[in-house]
Amino acid sequence: MKSTKLLGLSLLMSTMLAVGVANAKSLVYCSEGSPENFTPAINTTGTSLDAARPVYNKLVQFTPGTTTVVPALAESYAISDDGKVITFKLRPGIKVHSGVNGFTPSRDLTAEDVIWSFERQLKPDHPYAKVSAGSYDYFNDMGMPDLLASIEKGADDLTVVMTLKEPNAPIMANLAMDFATIHSAEYASYLTAKGTPEQFDQIPVGTGSFQFVDYQKDAVIRFKAFAEGWAGKPKVDDLIYAITPDATARYAKLKANECQVMIAPNPADLADMAKNADVQLIQQAGLNIGYLSMNALKPPFDKAEVRQAVNMAIDKAAIIKEIYQDAGQPARNPLPPTIWSYDESTKDYEYNPDKAKEMLAAAGVTSLDTDLWWMPVQRPYNPNAKRMAEMMQADLAKVGINATLVSYEWGEYRKRLQAGEHQMGLLGWTGDNGDPDNFLFLLSCGADGTPAGQNIAKWCNADFNAKLLEARKITDQAARTKIYGEMQAIFKAEAPWMTVAHSTVFEPIRKEVSGYKVSPLGAHEFQDVDVAE
Amino acid sequence: MFRFLLKRAALTIPTFIALMFVTFTMIRLVPGDPIEVRRGERGISPERLTELRHEMGLDQPIWKQFIDYVWGLLHGDFGTSIISKTPVAQEFLTLFPATLELTICAMLFAIVLGIPAGVIAAAKRGGIYDQSLMGAALTGYSMPIFWWGLMLILLMSNTLHLTPVSGRIDLVKYYFQPVTGFMLIDSIVSGQRGAFLDVVRHLILPTIVLGTVPLAVFARMTRSSMLEVLEEDYVRTARAKGLSAFRVIGFHALRNALIPVVTVVGLQTGTLLAGAVLTETIFSWPGVGKWLIESIGRRDYPALQGGIMLIASMVIILNLLIDLLYGLINPRIRHGR
Amino acid sequence: MAVETLTQKPPGPLLSFWLAFRENRGAVIGLAIVCFVVFIAVFANFLAPYNPLEQYRDFTKLPPIWAEGGNWAHPLGTDPLGRDMLSRILYGSRISLFIGLSVMLVSAVVGVSLGLLAAFWGGMVDVIIIRVMDLIMAIPSLVLAILIIAVIGPNLTNTIIAVTIVYLPRYVRLVRASALSELSKDYVVAARVAGVGPWRLMIKTVLPNCMAPLIVQAALGISDAILEAAGLGFLGLGAQPPMPEWGSMLADSKDLITSHPWVMALPGMAILITVLAINLMGDGLRDALDPRLRKS
Repeated sequence: MKSTKLLGLSLLMSTMLAVGVANAKSLVYCSEGSPENFTPAINTTGTSLDAARPVYNKLVQFTPGTTTVVPALAESYAISDDGKVITFKLRPGIKVHSGVNGFTPSRDLTAEDVIWSFERQLKPDHPYAKVSAGSYDYFNDMGMPDLLASIEKGADDLTVVMTLKEPNAPIMANLAMDFATIHSAEYASYLTAKGTPEQFDQIPVGTGSFQFVDYQKDAVIRFKAFAEGWAGKPKVDDLIYAITPDATARYAKLKANECQVMIAPNPADLADMAKNADVQLIQQAGLNIGYLSMNALKPPFDKAEVRQAVNMAIDKAAIIKEIYQDAGQPARNPLPPTIWSYDESTKDYEYNPDKAKEMLAAAGVTSLDTDLWWMPVQRPYNPNAKRMAEMMQADLAKVGINATLVSYEWGEYRKRLQAGEHQMGLLGWTGDNGDPDNFLFLLSCGADGTPAGQNIAKWCNADFNAKLLEARKITDQAARTKIYGEMQAIFKAEAPWMTVAHSTVFEPIRKEVSGYKVSPLGAHEFQDVDVAE
Repeated sequence: MFRFLLKRAALTIPTFIALMFVTFTMIRLVPGDPIEVRRGERGISPERLTELRHEMGLDQPIWKQFIDYVWGLLHGDFGTSIISKTPVAQEFLTLFPATLELTICAMLFAIVLGIPAGVIAAAKRGGIYDQSLMGAALTGYSMPIFWWGLMLILLMSNTLHLTPVSGRIDLVKYYFQPVTGFMLIDSIVSGQRGAFLDVVRHLILPTIVLGTVPLAVFARMTRSSMLEVLEEDYVRTARAKGLSAFRVIGFHALRNALIPVVTVVGLQTGTLLAGAVLTETIFSWPGVGKWLIESIGRRDYPALQGGIMLIASMVIILNLLIDLLYGLINPRIRHGR
Repeated sequence: MAVETLTQKPPGPLLSFWLAFRENRGAVIGLAIVCFVVFIAVFANFLAPYNPLEQYRDFTKLPPIWAEGGNWAHPLGTDPLGRDMLSRILYGSRISLFIGLSVMLVSAVVGVSLGLLAAFWGGMVDVIIIRVMDLIMAIPSLVLAILIIAVIGPNLTNTIIAVTIVYLPRYVRLVRASALSELSKDYVVAARVAGVGPWRLMIKTVLPNCMAPLIVQAALGISDAILEAAGLGFLGLGAQPPMPEWGSMLADSKDLITSHPWVMALPGMAILITVLAINLMGDGLRDALDPRLRKS
């Protein structure tokens, strides 16, 4: 699989290292796991998306550390008055990585590459559509197949015209997501000629600040700086992902300066990290929410009073302290506060077990045997679902609700929640693009009044649902904000979820590192990062 | 001898077939779905799921999948991982050297310490050495190794900073392409100064943790086997002839006492190859055991199936080899059952 | 060896067993600890200072008394949810012993039946039983246990089932081998000739003569089962929360290894002590019951 060129390169590098030439600056990122492959469009896990990101670019991108959309490969874009036609103007002279997998590009990036990248996901007869058994999950989830009418070359090689079937407010934010990554069509035809198209998703070639060098499963991914990149030469020469699944091990490596940036620290270690002079603990309010949903199709949770009582029975402050180590905000709304249209005026249910008991009695519930589901994995919005469930269980017992704890393997868990087998279940959501719709749609229902799969509270409110659809068609942010405010009020009164917390994302980095920003979207980006000698 | 070999080999064939069938069915009985698992909070539409299951052949009747699978196996095809899309055999071969390297180190550790400990204990039977050595051996034998591993990390890595917490080498300082997959060899071949020592540093804790139980087994085994041999007539004769205790124990007794130990070494190697699961999990060691556990979590049927088949085959073959070896050392076995 | 010196008057079987057992100091210590653990398990509800599930949210992650910041109200400290560690560990002994004993009992009963069946019937029955046992032994034990639990779901009962299946071959092979060797002996042949039925032969004549190695295997089987179940608990596949099982207590506090190591260290210590005591006792049993078995 590795070409001789690659080997030669690595030999060269190793000799350089062996001789002790310390000129090359490297940055090591302790990541969590092995990527499934290097093509963002066929992935959904953050680990895989992070692994491909250094290599690629999109037409537009999020400014690091924010959800603001700025031009990337496209230097500008124009949207027609009816909102249906978007014209992108590509930057001239965008260079493609050379020398990876024996491929040397003969030309710069053009409209052809952009069209190729979208059509692979759009058209089932595209030559690469079926490569790697591709399933374009994000593309489908964002409704692109129904939205995208065509994507064509414009007036010249650097102009791309995208036509939509109807106007769509969040489209630019969607195009900044990783599934909209632009690949090299020339590399694809090179591999087709070589007879190894599946390498396309294993050995990535793009336009990003770093080019791919080598990947060893469960061990390491190596990149090196791509000096000719359109965004300029990155500040470090080598970028290395050290795959370290265990959080304790990651922290040990960080302390030993074996890596300079690490993902997902143990909440329990945060206190020690804050004290450590070699470590900067940087943080950012996460674009997420963790919640406890109550199945409105299963009595007694069909009664709003019962759901409100559960909200009052659980000691949220204790959960924030123990599970999030005080590093999360108590959640009041189904949106995180960093998203526009967040309703500051919402009043949260107070922790009041006595009142909860009264309300339950009033609703005819004196003692209740139920279940409480917890997911078997650590998620950004919930660092320890098992422990959280144990706390909730103890709190609920005090108001006469006896909950059995239930869990399944992660995929099975979500499937069963979606099928509505649970009575109460923990889950959460991490935002994709910073649009309020991207959170509120979780509580949507079909036209026939049946809950959508994502809606694991199985709660349908005609008013709420109508407003959700209405806001989607409006492009005016002030008008949308007003509607979303009303929806949050309905949500709070009906209480289909007990909103738990918006976690704060912590990332410990070495004191030598500068320019690193924590992304609210959970991305890890290194093009602007520097390491002091 | 040849007939004995053939007979033993033939006996393993039904085991193989049953193994194939049982793992195949069991894996498919596990609730969950490889496609669902990867989707996280996002979920998947029922139509898309049906489509994907069709592409992966998961919608075929089980018996058809089984026949396809066996057909593939007969052609040396262990299937392709659903998650990484690479052939299972290839994936196995890239991970196996890590497991083998760790196993060999653990076995050497256990043999080098365990057998002398057993010999000393037998020679000083009933004394303070015997008692403390055997006490230590029984403690090792009773050790919950996941806890032992975490405790060693706590002490050696987190407190004393002597050893790294996980992995096989410091990836920042040293960089070379795998040649053999054995880091000890590759680090020497690479010619990079310090690389070899770094690999050794990474190996210390996993070796100790994985080697603890076999060490205890060997020590106990050697001791009891030695004691038995020392009772035998020829040893008594040798002693009576005035040979030094060292010669008696070192040459005459040990050689015979080691026969049963050799068997146990073989059996333990098989257990370790397969049983490094917990050790690999604790130390994030990129080996086969950890891969199997993760494949269960990901519902990666082909990887799990192929992995179990390959491991089980090795255990079966290893056991066969031990039988043969034992037959060679001890001709009596060949004839009896 | 000790037995040889006691030849003047043959003592009763129980007494002679005890005399031989007493010779081994380690075994007696082991027995004492095992009795102690059993005592704790039986009277956990009187001995434990608190309810093991009660969460004292104002006292989370207290260290044990000998460490700095310890508090006599919680001698072994508290876990991240403020539950008393001492109470949890005391109650945990119930679960571990229960797992160990159930696995031992079930696998001994099933194993003995299958082993005797194979030895007596021979032919196809024998071949099938032995092949199935070979099969179980060819798959790595932990992987097999995990697979079984993945199929039937993680909880305490299923842990017992999975570990039992994994350990079954040992009993089957042991009983089959001893039964076969007994069957070839003259007294059995004589009994057969005298017209003793196969069932009676099996239960009354052969089985008692296989008892010694079986008892030893059973004793050691308890400790192995406790270890294996704790390993499963460690991988999150054993007892489900909030049950205070030692293995899962340890697994749940893995994230505290740097910041609060005691929470993780104590349950492991409890496992080690219990298993070690049972093994010590098992060694003594083996020496006393059947000196021939000393080898392994």
